[in-house]
Amino acid sequence: MGKRVGVEVSIAAADAVGMANVDVVAAYPITPQTHIVEHLSDLVANGKLDAEFIPVESEHSAMSVCCGSSALGARTFTCTSSQGLALMNEIVFIAASMRLPIVMILANRSLSGPLSIWNDHTDVMSVRDCGWIQVFTETGQEVFDHVMWAFRVAEDRQVSLPVIINMDGFILTHVIEPIEFWDPAMVKQYLPDFSPINVLNPDHPTTVGGFGMPGIYTEAKVAQNEALVKSKPHILKAWQELGAVTGRYYQPVETYKIDGAETVFLSMGSTGDTVAMAVDELRAQGKPVGLIKLRLWRPFPFEELRLAAKGAKRLIIIDRAVSYGGPGGPVASEIRSAFYGEKEMPVVTNFICGLAGRDVTPEDYIAIYSKSEKMAQGQVRQEDYVFYGVRE
Amino acid sequence: METLNVYATRLLEKKEYFTPGHRACQGCAEALAVRLVAKALGNNVIVGSATGCMEIISSPLPFTNWKVPWIHVAFENAAAVLSGAEAGYRALVRKGKRPEKGTVFLAMGGDGATTDIGFQALSGALERGHNFLYVCYDNEAYMNTGIQRSSSTPFGASTTTSPAGKIHFGQRTWKKNMAEIVVAHNVPYVATACSSYPFDLMEKVQKAARTPGPAYVHILSVCPTGWRIAPNKAIWIGRLAVETGVFPLYEVVDGKYRITHQVGELKPVEDYLRPQGRFRHLTPDMIAHIQNRVSAEYAKLEAKTRL
Repeated sequence: MGKRVGVEVSIAAADAVGMANVDVVAAYPITPQTHIVEHLSDLVANGKLDAEFIPVESEHSAMSVCCGSSALGARTFTCTSSQGLALMNEIVFIAASMRLPIVMILANRSLSGPLSIWNDHTDVMSVRDCGWIQVFTETGQEVFDHVMWAFRVAEDRQVSLPVIINMDGFILTHVIEPIEFWDPAMVKQYLPDFSPINVLNPDHPTTVGGFGMPGIYTEAKVAQNEALVKSKPHILKAWQELGAVTGRYYQPVETYKIDGAETVFLSMGSTGDTVAMAVDELRAQGKPVGLIKLRLWRPFPFEELRLAAKGAKRLIIIDRAVSYGGPGGPVASEIRSAFYGEKEMPVVTNFICGLAGRDVTPEDYIAIYSKSEKMAQGQVRQEDYVFYGVRE
Repeated sequence: METLNVYATRLLEKKEYFTPGHRACQGCAEALAVRLVAKALGNNVIVGSATGCMEIISSPLPFTNWKVPWIHVAFENAAAVLSGAEAGYRALVRKGKRPEKGTVFLAMGGDGATTDIGFQALSGALERGHNFLYVCYDNEAYMNTGIQRSSSTPFGASTTTSPAGKIHFGQRTWKKNMAEIVVAHNVPYVATACSSYPFDLMEKVQKAARTPGPAYVHILSVCPTGWRIAPNKAIWIGRLAVETGVFPLYEVVDGKYRITHQVGELKPVEDYLRPQGRFRHLTPDMIAHIQNRVSAEYAKLEAKTRL
């Protein structure tokens, strides 16, 4: 078994990357990601990690360096936030289309403007359709475990896709938590060496990143989409085997007090814990309330979600990003799509809250529950949504 | 016999690494430059190309003109991509996961990809000191998108976004001197070259590849389509660019300047400008203005060679 230590989550995340024996790290500093890359450069500077740490001049170059090193066959990691993700956006999409198994931790932070360094999910939602495997984490332990899992899944020859690990800025990056570190034998057992099918090598020349005329572009995109959809069984298997190694079993959709729940909250990331406290309180009041935590965002777990919400009459979707002029938050939009046309369609209410680090307490979720019940009686329309907690 | 040296001059291998059948325009001196660079480097190389003419003409899926490993990611990041490949190679060799074979890392882009949109990525890669070679194929405008001006377009040239009109006379700024900017990064090897001088070009590319650390070669690549000349005039125009002092051939090794192709007395700049449609609107005054600038710049360069 691994050793349990109290440590800042960013440091643990960097240590996990180090234990994964990464070959190249390329990163540009941005709050709240900084502690992760600082610690990685420390590990390299002190000879605890044999890797090239490339302190690039921008996030755009960070992702570009990652493309080059991953295409060469090196295990590659980067880490960013908010504006950094926005700046590298162009290359994030290309990395997926080139099937480069880069692992990125995204320390979730609001997008400017106004400029804000605090936590929400507006950054990751801007790359919803980038083609990467995307997961959310709730605790420091989950972050640590998912670093190993991400390399394992990304580099699986049947998958060969990049992975984003979402980790709430400050709420996770800057807190100290008890985390069970893996011992080296566990890493060795779980994570094989990176051995890609094609690499840039003069002994076997390949052309990577050619351009696609209309006669081939559609087929290339269909193949890419198929790759992401078909990554799911490999994702599940990697979680299953992670459970065998650590005793912690993760699921694409996880539930809390879901049995008999008529109203079900749905949240992503570190908020889950707070919502669970509200659920406890509401249950104590005799209200049939439960919680769904969506861990896997891409590929989207339709089946697991429908199964988890079976029997629920109302869903309260907590969104931490805005789709301006659109149908509410991006998560609610996806959930409605997942249930549209199903025999038993729950009523979906959508609350946008916790933008840019605004605290949302268990009491707030209880208030959201009451509001939602009233809205649901009036049968909300698809495009109805509420900004919760706006100062008047 | 031992007193006799057998000197077989200028024999090049016939093997091509950038193959025929690409889709470049007739008379494209940039495709010629790419072919010469590829020939100079041989097969132990990994090439990273920026988006642009050379990428489009050589990689339409599922075809390729590259017999060496080649990667294209985007427009502005060839230097960053190749610095990643070079770093990955270094890490894998050190960790015993890949044999050290002295592989050369070549990043390449046009003038737009180098002097404009990819300027930052190139500066970063040079500053970080990666062991790679960057080649800029400078055809003095965004030719791939239809002859729009770049910061490398020369003063007075008419392009589709710096057109010669009733009020304006074409490009109103002087060409950005990219080679000098790279010299300011204190990299060990910088050179200019032109595909009209193939042996000079290949020697410089080989020297650059042998140099540990970052190296840069700036190649003037005549574009008949964009410069409004006949396809069979590309080599001749490239020679005139050098003979008039508009584009001197030189190298800077560890900060030491040397003009590699001495032309003696410079020809008048007008000889270079007149045959090109992109300069056809220039008045004698403007040509004189350009002549003054070219003479002054050439004198500055000569002064540097004496330092």
